[in-house]
Amino acid sequence: MNWESVWAIARKDVSVALRTRAVVLPLVIVPLILMVGIPVLVGLISGMAARMDVASVNLDELTRPLPSGFGAEYAGLSDPQVGYIYFVVYLFAPMYLILPLMASAVVAADSFAGEKERKTLESLAYTPTTDRELLFAKILGAWIPGAMVGFGGFIVYSIVANVMTYYVAERIVLPNALWLLLAFWVGPAAAAFGLGVTVIASSRVNTFQEAYQIGSLVVLPLVLLVIGQAAGAFILSIWLVVLLGLALWVLDVVVFVLAAASFRRTTLMARL
Amino acid sequence: MGAASNTVITTERLTRVFGGTTAVNDLSLTIEAGEVFGFLGHNGAGKTTTVRMLNGVIAPTAGAARVFGLNPATDGHRVRARTGVLTETPALDSRLTAFDTLRYFAEIYNVPKQVRKRRIDELLDFFALSNRADSKVGGFSKGMRQRLALARTLIHDPDIIFLDEPTSGLDPVAIRDVHQMIEHLSHRGRTVFLCTHNLAEAERLCDRIAVLAHGKLLAIGDIQLLGSHLNRSHTISVEVDVNDLPRALHLFAQTPPVARAEATTDRASARNGGVLITLHGVGRRDVPKVMEAAMHNGLNLYRIQPEEPSLEDVYFALQEL
Repeated sequence: MNWESVWAIARKDVSVALRTRAVVLPLVIVPLILMVGIPVLVGLISGMAARMDVASVNLDELTRPLPSGFGAEYAGLSDPQVGYIYFVVYLFAPMYLILPLMASAVVAADSFAGEKERKTLESLAYTPTTDRELLFAKILGAWIPGAMVGFGGFIVYSIVANVMTYYVAERIVLPNALWLLLAFWVGPAAAAFGLGVTVIASSRVNTFQEAYQIGSLVVLPLVLLVIGQAAGAFILSIWLVVLLGLALWVLDVVVFVLAAASFRRTTLMARL
Repeated sequence: MGAASNTVITTERLTRVFGGTTAVNDLSLTIEAGEVFGFLGHNGAGKTTTVRMLNGVIAPTAGAARVFGLNPATDGHRVRARTGVLTETPALDSRLTAFDTLRYFAEIYNVPKQVRKRRIDELLDFFALSNRADSKVGGFSKGMRQRLALARTLIHDPDIIFLDEPTSGLDPVAIRDVHQMIEHLSHRGRTVFLCTHNLAEAERLCDRIAVLAHGKLLAIGDIQLLGSHLNRSHTISVEVDVNDLPRALHLFAQTPPVARAEATTDRASARNGGVLITLHGVGRRDVPKVMEAAMHNGLNLYRIQPEEPSLEDVYFALQEL
């Protein structure tokens, strides 16, 4: 593996993607809405409800089954306070995964399909990199920003969530084991999955927008996780998160094998 | 496929089919190290496809190629490490500066760190881009982009340089600079594979020329050899004083081996009080005989020029075959 070439391509992809408005806007707006806007908004409503002593709802019905020990840990808090903590720690957890997944998908779309759209792929194809090096460089160039946005989102969310849970219930709740696993085990796997799917999509389309739209479809299973948890079908336990990460990494291997098969310069160039 | 030690490119019945279209058809040629080789053909003749196959970025449907003795289809990365390709469109990322573009490719080509900056500065200077080194490519004119693309092609000092329509869309000054660059590369012993449909360019720069049409090689050789494909006798143009025209026509018609002498309209000659006579059936070797006949008969010659078939004559004659 020619590491100097690989790093040069990956570094350039990250650097130019971060100078592209179509890439930067979703990388800024989506985390702001998800990691700041929604928890703050829900926190303000919950805080007001707690202070106004709004008629309590039957939380057990809304959030059943609660994680083991959850009730005991937060005994003495009102329903809006417990509800908010539950929202911040459990209900919102699958939404967090949108960040690394979306970030890597948007950078991958710019890196693969965007390269075709800008007609710069040909000059890259004529370099002495092998197909494997080129693919690895491109994957690295999309995965690093995806993982970084995930880590950054985790830090921002931890701060925002703690400020808001302190405001609502005078408790600090993050980071905990579940969220550390999400950020450092599942998040990087989600980033890899998002970009892998986008790589496959990019080999079949010619524009950044097309690739990004197809790549973004991988967010849909996360919505199912949110709905499933909200409906009480399951609850994200540590073991479930470990398994989710494992499943994603296995899926990543499958996706990258498919991506490698679709990423052959002789095939790509023949289509130009 | 045996190759002489100084042969850098060999193709044998190289063929590429896209769907139902044969882009390159049974192409066989050899190119020696240090040659400036012209690859001539209309748009869509198969020039770019050939360059792609020779660099291993597309696979041939049939036939074989060797570049530096390597098979580009299996050793493409090793071939590409020693070739530089100027693509038909500059293919530059408009978000990078000129300097960053060259540094990016210098890193990909593993240009040693200790010479990297010097090499980039030299190329920026050579292509008159030093004062725009830190400007984004997006703001460059077409000529500047082409010059930067050429600089990128040469960043790793390749042994073979493939230039696909290098002067397309450039202004005359930029064209002259590109021609000088090709001559400079040739003097340094580099092999240049020049794809062009600019006949004057090929005639001026190339040692040998291949003419391609619809993917098929029509002819290959130097211009003299290609000229022999023309079923046309050579001529000599002679300019005499307009007052001497009848006497000159009679004299040259009687001078062997001239087959026929006829006056030709030529504005430049007419403006200077002269007239051009075309002598048929004679070539370069007959110039002394024609001069001697004129001098012997007291005829003033203003100009005498053997007219050999130009590449343009050859090209169009081949296309009509």
